[in-house]
This record gives sequence, structure tokens and C-alpha cells, in this order.
Amino acid sequence: MPRVSFEHIVKSYGGLNVLDDLNLSVEHGEFLVLLGPSGCGKTTLLNLLAGLTDVTDGRIMIGDRDVTDLDPKDRGLAMVFQSYALYPTKSVRGNLKFGLSAAKLPREEVARRVDWAAKLLQIEPLMDRRPSQLSGGQRQRVAIGRALVKHADVLLFDEPLSNLDAKLRTEMRLEIMRLHDELNPTVVYVTHDQIEAMTMATRIAVMNGGVIQQFGTPDEVYERPANLFVAGFIGAPAMNLRQGRIAKADGGVAGVFDTGERIALDDYAFARAPQEGAPIVIGLRPEHFGAPNAPLDGAAGRFELPLQHTERTGSDATGYLHWGDGLLSHRVEPGDAARLRPGDTISVAFPRGKANLFDAASGERL
Amino acid sequence: MTQLDVTEAAAGATVIRGRARARRRRGLTGRSIAVLVFLTMCALFFCVPLYVVLTTSLKTMEEIRQGQIFALPETWTFEAWNFAWNEACSGITCEGLKVGFWNSVRILVPSLILSISLAMVTGYALALWEVRWAGTFLFLLFLCAFVPLQIIMFPLIAITRTMGVYGTIMGVAVVHSVMAMPVLTLIFRNFYKDIPREIMNAAIMDSGSFWKIFVEIILPMSGNILIVVLILQITNVWNDYLVGVTFGGFNTQPMTVNLANMVTVSTGTATYNVDMAAALLTAIPPLVIYFMVGKFFVAGITAGAIKG
Ligand SMILES: Nc1ncnc2c1ncn2[C@@H]1O[C@H](COP(=O)(O)OP(=O)(O)OP(=O)(O)O)[C@@H](O)[C@H]1O
Ligand SMILES: [Mg+2]
Repeated sequence: MPRVSFEHIVKSYGGLNVLDDLNLSVEHGEFLVLLGPSGCGKTTLLNLLAGLTDVTDGRIMIGDRDVTDLDPKDRGLAMVFQSYALYPTKSVRGNLKFGLSAAKLPREEVARRVDWAAKLLQIEPLMDRRPSQLSGGQRQRVAIGRALVKHADVLLFDEPLSNLDAKLRTEMRLEIMRLHDELNPTVVYVTHDQIEAMTMATRIAVMNGGVIQQFGTPDEVYERPANLFVAGFIGAPAMNLRQGRIAKADGGVAGVFDTGERIALDDYAFARAPQEGAPIVIGLRPEHFGAPNAPLDGAAGRFELPLQHTERTGSDATGYLHWGDGLLSHRVEPGDAARLRPGDTISVAFPRGKANLFDAASGERL
Repeated sequence: MTQLDVTEAAAGATVIRGRARARRRRGLTGRSIAVLVFLTMCALFFCVPLYVVLTTSLKTMEEIRQGQIFALPETWTFEAWNFAWNEACSGITCEGLKVGFWNSVRILVPSLILSISLAMVTGYALALWEVRWAGTFLFLLFLCAFVPLQIIMFPLIAITRTMGVYGTIMGVAVVHSVMAMPVLTLIFRNFYKDIPREIMNAAIMDSGSFWKIFVEIILPMSGNILIVVLILQITNVWNDYLVGVTFGGFNTQPMTVNLANMVTVSTGTATYNVDMAAALLTAIPPLVIYFMVGKFFVAGITAGAIKG
């Protein structure tokens, strides 16, 4: 059972620690997405697993083999690179075949696997073309094919879709998910696109600055972000995060924003009993707000603020209200958005049990 | 500029067509004319002597004695060419330049193979694999590239003598290869350094074999740099005199040495037509190679390999 685990990994480039004591383990057949902003160490982590760079310290296990000092070709992995990295002078067939050159297979087996991958990825008519004669999506599929022919138990993807247009990206996303369902390899998939992460992953590891901020299912990461970074990073439009204080009154707990609004927090599952007056950050997802100027049963709080502008993104629309020195974003029905005028005062309600609370000092979830 | 202003005021398709015309017209005026004049002068500077050499080689000696060096030959004859190739004396042998020509070819081929293959593999290793002390080694190569032959002449003679190749074709070839190694290695290394790292990473994961990656992936991508290096090295070796005259044996001297002997040591009156023909014969082979090899240049070696 190939279970991939990183144990106390340290990677430094000339004294600068890019990764510092990182621990992570991926179960068999899991689709793990490494999600994080540019430069946070995702590619570094993947290259360490592939053996393309050496760890400074720590241990990498695949199954129960310690692969830390193994050559890349002996690790039993296949990788799809950020830039495809096809061999420019080889035909598509040649590219796929070269993927098997370390395996020392009999010729019929090589041909069989190449044909299998070509069929699976629907690149059969392209087999004799050079990479330069292919479109972006076709190159992408060849790159995936070159990884698949190896029948590796662990597949690594490094932002494979980042340069494709939106339509092709959706298509390829579905294709990769289909391949995962069909072949069920363990996948480590790097991206900084949160839609990819939310749709494909069985689990997401959110990284920032070389540190794993949260490791959980897409739902967990979205619904219960572990800290302020995850809360702000996951979700588009982003969660509204505002400073406030805990206020206790009439036996209930509430949050008071620095701008004066109150929000009831009776339904919040505090990990520790809240302290009166403790500084907190309150996070409100835009899509949880009720419709503008409409009543909401059992609302936790209500905001009456002037509208700055509305923004239409296809099937959704977002209204932005002036709130102190910042903005409050809330989802609106596209039909309603057209009726709202900038400058109007809008009243939106936030329901109970949906707020996220973080410690203002540490940024950790309360 | 007025042209541009006018076209900018115009609308739609006229703008585009107008701009294209403006650009083309600007391409033919002003600065470019100065450049053309300059280039023509340069060309003349080279063409006039060439013209004289060429016409002289096609004249008879009687015509040459009339002293009109810019006149076209009255009777065109390849007699001097034939004589220079087959019969002219160089030292005591009178078998023409063809001896030197074949010696040069026999020096050229092994020295090309030796220097290019060694430099290529070394450059590949330095650029794409983790080699211990690679930085130091590169710095040494860089220094070596500036060492003139004259400084290491005596040690080289001693070394080739110990190897038993002094005074042979192989000796000349080996010295040429050694002298070319630093520069060629640096050229190959810099070329391979630009191969996208991920292609190499993919190959390392796919195969991991130094030689297999070299032969199957890197070598097929090396066409253009090979052409550059071939031209450089063929010119170097073919036009060399010093190495040939020092390390070549009595009957194994290259064409340049052969030519020099022929022109300087000829007894009696100077046969200018033969000398000119011999000089041209010696100069032609690299030219032929430029034209042949230049055709193989291809654009974009990594086309399609990476996105964007
Ligand atoms: N060879 C290197 N030498 C020094 N620093 C490096 C090297 N490779 C990467 N880094 C640094 O390590 C950090 C992580 O880089 P990495 O390539 O893993 O980022 P990433 O998360 O993949 O980013 P992206 O989303 O832009 O691809 C960066 O700050 C980068 O500058
Ligand atoms: Mg990256």
C-alpha cells in the first residue's frame, strides 16, 4: 500500500529554510492537493518527493520504503511537470516510450502500454507528431500519458493546468478526476487555483511560507478554516474578516465589531470559554448573508451600510458595502443586483451559526 | 512623422494599411542608406583584392608580365590551377597542393571528432548534471581559453613525443583538439544550460541514465550548436599554420604549410598565377563547408516542449 509520508522535512537553500520541519502523510488512493500562494514551497515539496532535489534533513517514506536517498527513477513515481517538459525532438509515441526506458520492459509490453495510454487519453491520431505540432491541451495530455504508462502507484502533478484557458482547464480537470477514479493511484497535485483544489481533492493541504496551515477535506478547510491565512485564502470572493471584541450580555455571547455592529455568537462552538473583551477577528462568508433589505429569521446580526458597487461574475453577483474603512462583500441574486444603486443604504442580515472566529493575536481559530 | 499623424487621424482598415506603408517607406530612407553605403564600401574593400587574385589565377604568365592587374584575362585558362593542384613544388617534392589538401583533411576529421565529442559530453555533464567542483572546473576552463599556444608549445612537444604521435597526422589532430577543448566546452555548456530544467528532470525520472539521456534527448537538440562549433573548428583547423608546421612531420604537413612552402621557396621567377590559384584552392574548402552546413540551421530547438 503506497502511503506517502514526509517526516520532519527540512529544505534549505543556502541557509534559507524553504521548508522547516514539515510533516505530512497521504493515504493510499488519496487525491491530495497542495494549495498555496506562489513561492510557498509546493514545487519544492514535490521535487523532494520525486528525488529531483535532496532533502536537507528528514525522511520521506513511500509505503514502508525509505526513499530519502533513492534515485528518482527507483522511487516508483511518475510526474507531470508544471511546463509539460515534453522531449521536443521526439514524436508523441517516442515521448511515451521514453517514459518507460528505465523500466526495461519487453518490447510488446511497451507497445501495449503506449497504446493503452494513447487510447485512454484520446491522443491516438497524434502519435507521430512532434510536440511543437500539438495544441496546449494535447501537449498536456501527452505529458499525462508519459506519466501514466509507467503504471506508477503514485502520480505527481505540478500545476498541470495553470496555462490552459478556462474551458480547457475544466475539461482537463474532469479528465484527471476520471483517470483517478479509473486507475485509483495516490495523487499529489500542486496548484494555486482553489477551484481546482476544492473540486478535485479528497484532502487539501494549505501551505504558506513553507508551513502547512491546514490539512483536511475540502469541506473542513472551507467551513472551518484553522487560521486567518486559510480563512482569507480559501473562497472567492474572500471571507469578510474584521476586528472586534467578545461581549457577554444577558447570558449570551456576542461579538462587537470595532465599527459598532454586533453579532450574536451563541451558536458558535468555542474551543475554550470566551473571555469578556478579548480581541478577536470575526469572519463572515459573503454567501451566507441574506438577501438585501429582506427580513431573515433568527439573524445573528444586521448591517445597514451604503452600497459601493456590485460585481457580476457569471451565475453570481456580489455587492460591496462601505464598512468603516473597508468593504463588506455579500452575495446577491444577479436579478437583485441590477436593482441596487451605488450610494443606496442596504440592509443585510447574517444568520446564526455561520461566523468564524479567530484569536486576534495568534490568528488561530477560537 | 507626418505620415503617421495622418494615418492616425484616418479610421479603421486605412489605419492599419497606412501604418504598414509608413513602416516600409521608413525602412528605405535615411539611416538605412548610410548603412548600405558603409556595407558597400566594406564589400568593395574585400572584393577588389579577391577580384585581382581570381583574375590573376586565370591568366597566363605572359599576360601577368604586362602589369595590368585590374584587366580581365584575354585568354581564360585553368592551367595555373591544374599546375598548383598537381605539380607545383613544395620543398623537394613536386606533387602539388593535393598532398597538403589530403593531409589537412586527415588532420581535420580526427581533430573534429575528438574535440567536439569530448567538449560536448563535458559541457553536457557540467550544465545538466551535478558535478562536484563544477564551478572551479569552469573557471579553470575559462582561464585555459586565454592561454596562447606559444606558451605551452614546448611542453606540448614533449607530451606528444612521449605519446609517440609527434610528427604524425594524429599528433597535429591531438594538439588541435586540446587547444580547442576549453572554448568548445564552454560553448556547449552555455548552450545546454538553457535547456529547460524540467525537460532534464523529466528525463532523469524517466531514464536516469547519463548516456541514454545524452544520446536520445540532448544530442538531437544540439543541431544548431553543432553547426556553429563545426564552422568555428573547421576554420580554425584548416587555416592553422603554427600547429601544422610545428607538430606535422615531413610528409604530413597541412595545406597551409604546403602553400607557404610553395609560394616562398619557389626557385626562379615567381609564378603569380600559380601562387594565386594555390591560395584560392587553400581558402575554398571552409567556404564550401559554410554554405553546406548553414542550410541545416533550424529554428527553435525546444519548440513545443514547454508551455507558453
Ligand atoms: N534552487 C533554488 N535556490 C534558492 N531558492 C530556491 C530555489 N528553488 C526554489 N527556491 C525558493 O524556494 C521557495 C519555494 O519555491 P517553490 O518553487 O517551491 O514555490 P512554489 O510554491 O512552487 O511556487 P509557484 O506556485 O510559483 O510555482 C521560493 O521562495 C523560491 O524562491
Ligand atoms: Mg511551482
